[in-house]
Amino acid sequence: MGVFESEEDTLRATNTSRLKGFKIVDVFAPYAVHGLDEAMGLQPSRLPWVCFALGLFGAAVKVWFEFWTTASNWPINVGGKPWNSLPAFVPVTFEVMVLFAGVSTVVAFFIVARLVPCKKAMMPYPGVTDHRFVLVLEETDAAFDVGKVRAMLEGFNAVHVEERVEEAA
Amino acid sequence: MAEVYSALRQPLIEGNKTPAQVTEDICAAMEGKPTTLWYTGFLTALSLLLIGAAAVTYQIATGIGTWGLNNTVGWAFDITNFVFWIGIGHAGTLISAILFLLRQRWRTSVNRSAEAMTVFAVICAGIFPVIHMGRPWLAYWMVPYPNFRGPLWINFRSPLVWDFFAIGTYFTISLVFWYLGLIPDLATVRDRVKSGLRKKFAEIFSLGWNGSYRTWLRYEIVYLLLAGLATPLVVSVHTIVSWDFATAVIPGWHTTIFPPYFVAGAIFSGMAMVLTLIIVARKTMRLENYITPRHVDVMSKIIIATSGMVAMAYATEFFTAFYSGNPYEEFVFLNRARGPLAWGYWIMVSCNVLIPQLLWFKRVRAKLGAVFAISVLINVGMWFERFVIIVTSLHRDYLPSSWASYTPTIIEIATLAGSFGLFFTCFLLFCRFLPVIAIGEVKGVLSYGRNHGADLQEAALARSRAFDDGAVTEGV
Repeated sequence: MGVFESEEDTLRATNTSRLKGFKIVDVFAPYAVHGLDEAMGLQPSRLPWVCFALGLFGAAVKVWFEFWTTASNWPINVGGKPWNSLPAFVPVTFEVMVLFAGVSTVVAFFIVARLVPCKKAMMPYPGVTDHRFVLVLEETDAAFDVGKVRAMLEGFNAVHVEERVEEAA
Repeated sequence: MAEVYSALRQPLIEGNKTPAQVTEDICAAMEGKPTTLWYTGFLTALSLLLIGAAAVTYQIATGIGTWGLNNTVGWAFDITNFVFWIGIGHAGTLISAILFLLRQRWRTSVNRSAEAMTVFAVICAGIFPVIHMGRPWLAYWMVPYPNFRGPLWINFRSPLVWDFFAIGTYFTISLVFWYLGLIPDLATVRDRVKSGLRKKFAEIFSLGWNGSYRTWLRYEIVYLLLAGLATPLVVSVHTIVSWDFATAVIPGWHTTIFPPYFVAGAIFSGMAMVLTLIIVARKTMRLENYITPRHVDVMSKIIIATSGMVAMAYATEFFTAFYSGNPYEEFVFLNRARGPLAWGYWIMVSCNVLIPQLLWFKRVRAKLGAVFAISVLINVGMWFERFVIIVTSLHRDYLPSSWASYTPTIIEIATLAGSFGLFFTCFLLFCRFLPVIAIGEVKGVLSYGRNHGADLQEAALARSRAFDDGAVTEGV
């Protein structure tokens, strides 16, 4: 685990670790550092699909509901308009689509990122929500030379390098 | 690290801050003792709120006969206030969503307070249609639920129902957007504060946020998606509000220009309100390095642009009325400019079209006091715009025998004052208890315009790609 004080050092250390084939557990940062996803080799999130699917679902259900209530279940003649007055259904359909897409995306995000009210934060090192950046690497095999890794991290101006044995969690 | 300033890009944040200083400065604003100015403002706002609450209680208990409405003028103060407050909210979404999509990075210093303003303004707006129903305890009839009245469903062809859905969605999405932005900052507060109520609150609502970049990546995607959804949403909301009028066959209301006219007016008035608030906030909360004269300058330019759009809409409305050859339409517009309520019309024109032209001068934009005064006048002007649209179109209809006038009662004025009280009470509480500036986002733009930014980072990445085992100790 290496602790850094600047964005650039973190980016470089992360990139080097990935190129050397170390397993990057995670990087902790006080703000969204651009380019870090590339440096960590992360895949793009699939959340846009949730947004698209639930938005489409909300819109479809709402159109059906408007037709069903106004044209089938209890038809009311409003100003002689046709029962199936689709253009008049557009505004509410749009609003419901946005509501479904927006709220479901955020809920899906909370679920995949395991963000739960009152949850105790698992902090790798104090200050990552303030000004510090932490790169966490995992020792996967015998080729992982602790001394070399330490030297590499310190080469990137790591202010603190720490080795931790994984606690049984 | 040597500070090299780019010739092209001015830094967004002044004072050459480090991330730790940003946390310190923004949190200090909420951790210290409130200033006398804050107490004065808060107590004034709270008193107004109490007056408003008393007025609302009285009018609900007695009925809306306590208002100055009559058979001819059936909509006046209440709907004016509703449209006014909804319009105020729109600038918050403009700053948080549209400017985000346009990559306007200066927005980071003002988006949090603008979003808070949106949420509070929509709350203020929502109160008026509910009171206007006359029997607010039946407000839930707006929700389409299976009932024992038929089941008699709500009329999905009615703009008033569209409005209910638009405002409901707008409020929910604005609140979610605001909260999403607050999560990383609440985590910062949680890790800073030693104990007490603030810590408990931050622990609950920061959802165990620990700055993991896997979460940050998803967070950025969700933020982008919400911005993409909120952008058409904000346009749709004021469009639908304008349909409340445009679908009626009242001369002065029944026109196709209403949706763009209302949206432009909403952003115009909201921007003015943001300026009013941040000019005060930067002084009282000592955030001069974060909300700089440059922010005021760019927002003043948005005001000039939207003022032009609003002026264009006024002119187009007038022109179309005469070009149509419709005598009723012509009469309504002449009556606006020369009738008994002409004073309202001319307040509107001077505050919304003439006075904002002063902002063309760089000297005026640089004087924060002047910008503050102009922004307050624009708010007055935009309130009168809605008043003029609603009351002057109604008070002299097709039959001269049914012409009437309208004077607000003390109850209506108290309700309007109460809505300002509610807005400022919420806003001042927000300033005290939540980070008024998005800490996480500001840290991300600290390097903007400083030379250890983008190009150096690129070079460093390239160097690290060529890094091999032997060169480890070479460092940087």
